[in-house]
Amino acid sequence: MKSNCINKMSLTLPALSVNEGVGRAMVSAFCAQLNPTIEEIADIKCAVSEAITNCIVHAYREKQGEIYITVKIFDCRTVKIEIKDKGCGIEDTELVKTPLYTTDSSGERSGMGFSVMESFMDKLTLKSVPGKYTKVTLAKKLSPLEL
Amino acid sequence: MIRKNARIISEVKDDTLLAAIVGEIDHHGAFALRDELDDAMISARPKLVELDLSNVDFMDSSGLGVIMGRKSTADRIGAAFKLINPTTRVARIIELAGLGKVVTIEYRTTRKGTEDEK
Repeated sequence: MKSNCINKMSLTLPALSVNEGVGRAMVSAFCAQLNPTIEEIADIKCAVSEAITNCIVHAYREKQGEIYITVKIFDCRTVKIEIKDKGCGIEDTELVKTPLYTTDSSGERSGMGFSVMESFMDKLTLKSVPGKYTKVTLAKKLSPLEL
Repeated sequence: MIRKNARIISEVKDDTLLAAIVGEIDHHGAFALRDELDDAMISARPKLVELDLSNVDFMDSSGLGVIMGRKSTADRIGAAFKLINPTTRVARIIELAGLGKVVTIEYRTTRKGTEDEK
């Protein structure tokens, strides 16, 4: 059965670390209209936080840029979140998804961002063109509403 | 002034530094947490560092970096390192990263040394 988008939110945030909290709070507030469980909303918040952090730390390398977030909710209780940057891009989109893989040498980055996103969401798609953009699409089907 | 999303409450007792993180751990707050915890560890020179995670409302993988980095600091100063009472959410991320294999995690019903435990 074809699912229909019933609501949509677009959000553009400067690539500032304070917006990690702002972004995840806004996305989770928007998703709240589907009455997700506390666990589901926590999963979404964490995955979104990872994707936004990647834009700030890796795509823009702590320099200026903008993060483009689109959230769509569907009548089948699926949430689809796109997080896009126009930063440096990724050469090897499979390698960066490897658990514990990080380009950081300080020892303070765990390299678990994509693993967390994959684990907490049902589907993750990563598209990137080096020098142009990176787009992460996250999808999660919420559990049926208990009446 | 942009608010900090986490703070640390710490005390030193009997060669143990107990540091509790209160709030959210993400990349935004990670540097401040790292510096404050390292300063506390280096100035106290404890034999044991206990990082209390029972009041962490949110943690993403940046928190794993904070934990791994503090374990390294503890190793450098010759202190043992434990995580105390991570919440279910925090424990899930720790488990996902396999951090439980390299860091001791302890669940307590009361804080060490409180009246309840005596």
